[in-house]
Amino acid sequence: MSPDSISALRLSLQVAVAATALNALVGIPIAYLLARRRFWGKSAVDLLVTLPLILPPTVVGYYLIVLLGRRGVLGAPLYELTGWTVAFTWYAAVIAATVMALPLLVRTVRAAIESVDRDLERAAYTLGRSELRTALEVTLPLARNGILAGLVLAFARALGEFGATLMLAGNIPGRTATVPLSIYTAVQTGESGEALGLVAVLTLLSCLVLVAANQLGPRTV
Amino acid sequence: MRSGAVAVALVLLTAAGAGAQEVTVSVAVSLKEAVEELGRGFMAARPGVSLRYNFGASGDLQKQIEAGAPIDLFLSAAQRQMDELEKRNLVVAGSRRAFARNALTVIKPADSRIDIAKPIDLLEPRVGRIVIGSPKTVPAGQYAEESLRVLGLWERLQPKLVFSENVRQALDYVARGEVDAGFVYTTDAALRAQGVKEAFRPPEDSYRPVVYPGAVVAASKQPALAQAFLDLLNSPQGRTVLSRFGFQPPPAGAR
Repeated sequence: MSPDSISALRLSLQVAVAATALNALVGIPIAYLLARRRFWGKSAVDLLVTLPLILPPTVVGYYLIVLLGRRGVLGAPLYELTGWTVAFTWYAAVIAATVMALPLLVRTVRAAIESVDRDLERAAYTLGRSELRTALEVTLPLARNGILAGLVLAFARALGEFGATLMLAGNIPGRTATVPLSIYTAVQTGESGEALGLVAVLTLLSCLVLVAANQLGPRTV
Repeated sequence: MRSGAVAVALVLLTAAGAGAQEVTVSVAVSLKEAVEELGRGFMAARPGVSLRYNFGASGDLQKQIEAGAPIDLFLSAAQRQMDELEKRNLVVAGSRRAFARNALTVIKPADSRIDIAKPIDLLEPRVGRIVIGSPKTVPAGQYAEESLRVLGLWERLQPKLVFSENVRQALDYVARGEVDAGFVYTTDAALRAQGVKEAFRPPEDSYRPVVYPGAVVAASKQPALAQAFLDLLNSPQGRTVLSRFGFQPPPAGAR
């Protein structure tokens, strides 16, 4: 396996782990709010969080560029302030993977939380626990399997991200060329040996992830 | 009245379908506008003939032909890709012709205030990111790498380089301001005068001549028409259109 392929594997794992961590941080609270609370704009949040799942990855990539490109809505002020842009860095790969995997995490975790018996939460309230403590000590632990399944799915999705990553982060060997991008390049350039190696590793990894997800609970995948 | 119009439309469609001959041309993307213009004239003079274009980086186009894509004519932005196809007997011997020549230029966003006047300026900290076509598949990137190596800048510029899938994407990155500079052809820069401006041209002796060869693909089902379009590119009429877009005639003896 060439050094480019090895760096692609290392990069993919780094990106997937970072994206999953980010998704956990952002997605679990969102899932809880969607599962347990009613608030103004709830259906808009639900839609926004689900969109990356239904939109083509290149459409999401386009919006990410509009947002974070050097002349983007957020990217331009960032560039003015720091002289730095996120596009073509590995952070861009992380952002693209995070956004594309978020719906999977939120939907899975939301379903898991919704299946927790509310009587148990109400019992905690009558015992004087705040909502936050109840969530952390009762609800989330009971939804643990679903949360883990969601994380595993999000990890797998982040590992396989291609379209949005290509658009925001580019396909730069050693810096942003993740495994899916490297497979694409290897096939484009007729390097079938390289392509096969990467495909084999990614397939194996994805199968392991699927087995793990299914072990964690019924009908999660 | 309406059913009559529908009937006429159906008849025309089936007539067009019955007589239509399709010629699929894989075209290096830097030739896009010139080929489309010449193609319109070609089709106008030949009712029933339709040209289908497949634009992309010449390396990608070459690989597609090697993989058996149903292409009739290949117009490449470099000799290397055509040589590869020749080696594998995938083009019709004797049909290969060079029909144009181009030159590299380094561009920057039109509103850029960064001073880039000569190659060594690219090393300056004020120049952040530089885009070139991916040298694996894009001739413009291959020429850029060659030039930078000859100028002794290739190794030191590595951290700043961003690769694009083809030369037009490199042009777009610069026009969008995503990068501070980029290597494209002079013909590409001319097309985006609002978005980009030329910073400098790498010395022409630092890279091999940008020669565009064309050849009929061996497996073509329309070799006569493919050859006819290639001949059009080489005709005085073709030269006129190409030069209007900034292409030069091929060097004497080039193929």
